[in-house]
Amino acid sequence: MSAADLQTPLKRVRGLGSAKSGTHHFIVQRVTALALIPLVAWIIWLGLALMHADYAHARALVHQPLNALLLIAFVIAMFWHAQLGLQVVVEDYVHTRWLEVTTQLAIKFLCVLGALASVLAVVRIAFGN
Amino acid sequence: MPQSARPLSPHLQIYKWQLTMTLSILHRATGIALAVGTLLVLALLIALAAGPDAYGAVRDCCASPLGLLMLFGWSWALCFHLFNGIRHLLWDTGWGFEIPRAYATGWSVVVLSLALTAVIWTCVFTRGGIS
Repeated sequence: MSAADLQTPLKRVRGLGSAKSGTHHFIVQRVTALALIPLVAWIIWLGLALMHADYAHARALVHQPLNALLLIAFVIAMFWHAQLGLQVVVEDYVHTRWLEVTTQLAIKFLCVLGALASVLAVVRIAFGN
Repeated sequence: MPQSARPLSPHLQIYKWQLTMTLSILHRATGIALAVGTLLVLALLIALAAGPDAYGAVRDCCASPLGLLMLFGWSWALCFHLFNGIRHLLWDTGWGFEIPRAYATGWSVVVLSLALTAVIWTCVFTRGGIS
């Protein structure tokens, strides 16, 4: 039996493809999806709690360390997963090269900015009073 | 890739419409809608950090008829993308590709997404709606 037969299918596809990094995109998309399953269940609960809270109560909810932590985890996973998904949509439908590159860069910058701004907002509330 | 005059392979209008293709298209459509919806999460968090006036303004937008319609759409999109995403993850493990099973999980996703959306909005309105 040659060494190639002992390789897993994953080992054989890693590093292949036109961009040499497609598998990494695939895996990160799934990992963020897995993280988002419990986080979305939790964010639905938080959203319902916030919906019936006045400003002080809403702030107090986000101020709690566990809620602040999960909210930061949620927004990072959410913006990351959104960027990966939108990237594939643009790759599929935008075939004019300059427009594709511009759109991809704009989506990446907006998602990173959105994630940073969300984290900063939660941190301000978590460390404020 | 540049546009060219080469003939195209058969597209949507050629094939018989089916549940599996509908859910596949909806998964992408809800994903795009939810990506736009991230802006609402962002606006709510920034407003909550900024102060009562900003937070009140964002809440008023959400409680307006258009705001409620968008919240309703996003809530279903989130439920659908969540359940159909789990279906995709099961496929990634190699499970569920048989045609009867693909349909069974597909209809389960439709029913579960509508049910969870109904539960969410029942919770909202039995507790006084959005004020």
